[in-house]
Amino acid sequence: MHNMHLIEDVLASDIKQEPIRAGFGRGLVTAAGLNEHVVGACADLTDSTHMGDFAKVFPDRFIEIGIAEQNLVTVGSGLAAMGKIPFVSSYAAFAPGRCWEQIRTTICLNDQPVKIVGNHAGVSVGPDGATHQMLEDIAIMRVLPNMVVVAPCDSVEAEKATLAMASDRRPSYLRLAREKTPVVTTADTPFEIGKAYVFQEGADVSLIATGTMTYQALAAAEHLAKDGIHAEVVHVPTIKPLDKETILASVRKTGCVVTAEEGQMAGGLGGVIAELLGDELPVPIKRIGMRDRFGESGEPTQLLTHFGLDANHIRLAAHHVIERKNKVEK
Amino acid sequence: MQRLSIKELELLADEIREDIIRMLVAAGSGHVAGPLGQADIFTALYFDILKHDPHNPDWEDRDILLQSNGHTCPVRYATMARAGYFERKELLTLRKLGSRLQGHPERTKLPGLENTSGPLGCGLSQACGMALAMRMNGQHHRWVYVTTGDGELNEGNNWEAIMLASKYKLNNIIAIVDRNNIQIDGPTEAVMPLEDLRAKWEAFGWHVLEIDGNNVEAVIDACAMARAIVEKPVCILAHTVPGKGVDFMENDYHWHGYFVQTPGGPTIDQVPVKALHELRTLQGKIKSEHER
Repeated sequence: MHNMHLIEDVLASDIKQEPIRAGFGRGLVTAAGLNEHVVGACADLTDSTHMGDFAKVFPDRFIEIGIAEQNLVTVGSGLAAMGKIPFVSSYAAFAPGRCWEQIRTTICLNDQPVKIVGNHAGVSVGPDGATHQMLEDIAIMRVLPNMVVVAPCDSVEAEKATLAMASDRRPSYLRLAREKTPVVTTADTPFEIGKAYVFQEGADVSLIATGTMTYQALAAAEHLAKDGIHAEVVHVPTIKPLDKETILASVRKTGCVVTAEEGQMAGGLGGVIAELLGDELPVPIKRIGMRDRFGESGEPTQLLTHFGLDANHIRLAAHHVIERKNKVEK
Repeated sequence: MQRLSIKELELLADEIREDIIRMLVAAGSGHVAGPLGQADIFTALYFDILKHDPHNPDWEDRDILLQSNGHTCPVRYATMARAGYFERKELLTLRKLGSRLQGHPERTKLPGLENTSGPLGCGLSQACGMALAMRMNGQHHRWVYVTTGDGELNEGNNWEAIMLASKYKLNNIIAIVDRNNIQIDGPTEAVMPLEDLRAKWEAFGWHVLEIDGNNVEAVIDACAMARAIVEKPVCILAHTVPGKGVDFMENDYHWHGYFVQTPGGPTIDQVPVKALHELRTLQGKIKSEHER
C-alpha cells in the first residue's frame, strides 16, 4: 500500500480540529496567486464561506452578488465563458440547492468550468436546523453529466481539492462542512480528483466513507480492531468520477461493505456504491447516512449520534455485514 | 463583410423569414411567432451591428450575442447561415437527430453560439459574468448583446441580473427585449403583467430606449446610441409584431409555438404555403413572381 501519510493517532484526544471550509479559503488564495484568471463570487456569505481572505487580497477579482444564488451560478457561467476560473460560494442548501436548473443548463450542458462551493453541508451545521442542513447535494449534483463532485475529509484535503479544481477544466462541486473536523491528513497525503484512497488496510470489511464521515470510519476501524476485526478504510473524496478500481479491489478482498456519509444515502455515496456493487460485485452492504428524512436543530455531536452518523454506528454496521457475509459463505 | 443598405437589410430579413418557415416545416415542430418577429433585429445584429467573423467564430475581439430566449433559435440559425457560418441547406436539419441545430441552442454543438439556452431567464446573468470578465481583462472594445423575450421577464433570475449589472455599471451590456406582448398562455399582460416595463428597468438603474423592433434602421440606431451611453447598462425595448409578415399569425399568441389551426385561418397543411405566399408578396401587397 502507498503510504497515506495520515496523522499517527486518530483517536488522540488532542487531535487538531479545523472547519473543512477553512482549507478552501486558503486554497483559493493560493490558487488565485498562481493563476490570474481565478475569480470569486459570493452570495452575501463571504466570510462564512471563507472567501473573505481572497476578497481582501484580490478585490478586483471578487464579485459580491448579493442574496441571489440563481444569479451567482449563472454569472459564474458567463465568467467561465470568457476564460475565467470562477469559484462561486454559498451554503449548499442554496447553491446548488436553489439553482440546480441553472447549473444543469448554463454550466453542465453548456460545459463551463464553474466551481460551485457548497458550505454547511450535513446535519453537523447544528442549531440552524433542517433548512440549512443540506443533505441532498451529493445526489442532485452527481446525476449531472459533466459535473465533478468532491467532498474532502478535512481542511488540509479541502485546500488541495481547491487547488486541483482551479487547474481542472470541468464543472465541479466542492462539498464543505461548517463545524470543526479532526484533521487526519497531512501535507504529504496524496490527493487527485477522481481517486479514492485506502487510508487503512484490512481484510474483513470495507468501510467506504466520504467527507466528515471518513474520520468516523477511521475511528470505527480502531474500535473494530479491539473487536478482532481488521477493517479497511477507503476514503472517497471524489464521488464523481468514481474511482471504481480502488473500490472494487478493496471489496474483492473484504467481501462486505459499510458506506458512510453525512447526507441522504439515497443517491449519495451509499447509492453510488450500491449501484457499482450491484453492477459489478454484489456483496452484503449496509449504508450509514440519512434515511429519507430531514435533520433538526441541536448541537453537532448530538445530532450525529441522534441520526446514527458516528463511529459507533459504523462499527455496529460492520459487524452486521460481516455476519451476513459469513452466512453466505457457509 | 460588405455593408448592406437599409433596403437590402429589409429584403434580407424577409428572406430569413422564408427560411424560418421552411425550417419549421422540415422540422415538424418549433416556434414560429418569435423568430418571425425578431428577423429584423437579428438581421441588423449579424449584418451591421456585431463585430464578428463567421469564418473565425472564436475571434477573441468579437462581440458577444447571447440569446436568452433560446426557443426562438430558428431566427438565429437562419441569420447565421446567411451570414456565412454554415450552408443554408443545413437549416433543414433543425431538430433532427445528429443535427448541430438543436431544438434549443447548444453552444457546444455549433460554433458561433455563445451560450446554451432554452430554460428562460439566464442570458442576462451570463452577460453580467462576461461583461465583468471583459472588464477584468481590459477589453473595453467589446460588447455583450443579449436578446430576451418579454414573457421571459417573469423569471426572477432576470431581475437578480438586472440589479447586478446596475450595481457594477456594466455599460458593455446591451439588452434587447423582444416586446411582442405574447407568451404561451396568452397576452403578456393577462398572464403576468409587465407594465410599466420601462419604468421597471429604469428603477433598477438601466438606461432604456424604446424602438420599433421591426424597423432595421431603428435597431441599428438604437444599438449605436446604446454603445455611446457609458454610465449605465442599456435596455432596448424593441416593440415587435409576433409572426411578423404572415397576416394570420401576427399578434396572435396561439402562434407562439408550432403551426396551429385557428378560427378562419388556413388548415395546418396549408399554413406553410400561405405563410410563404404572404412573405413573398408582402402580405398580398405585391404579386409573387410565379403569379405574374
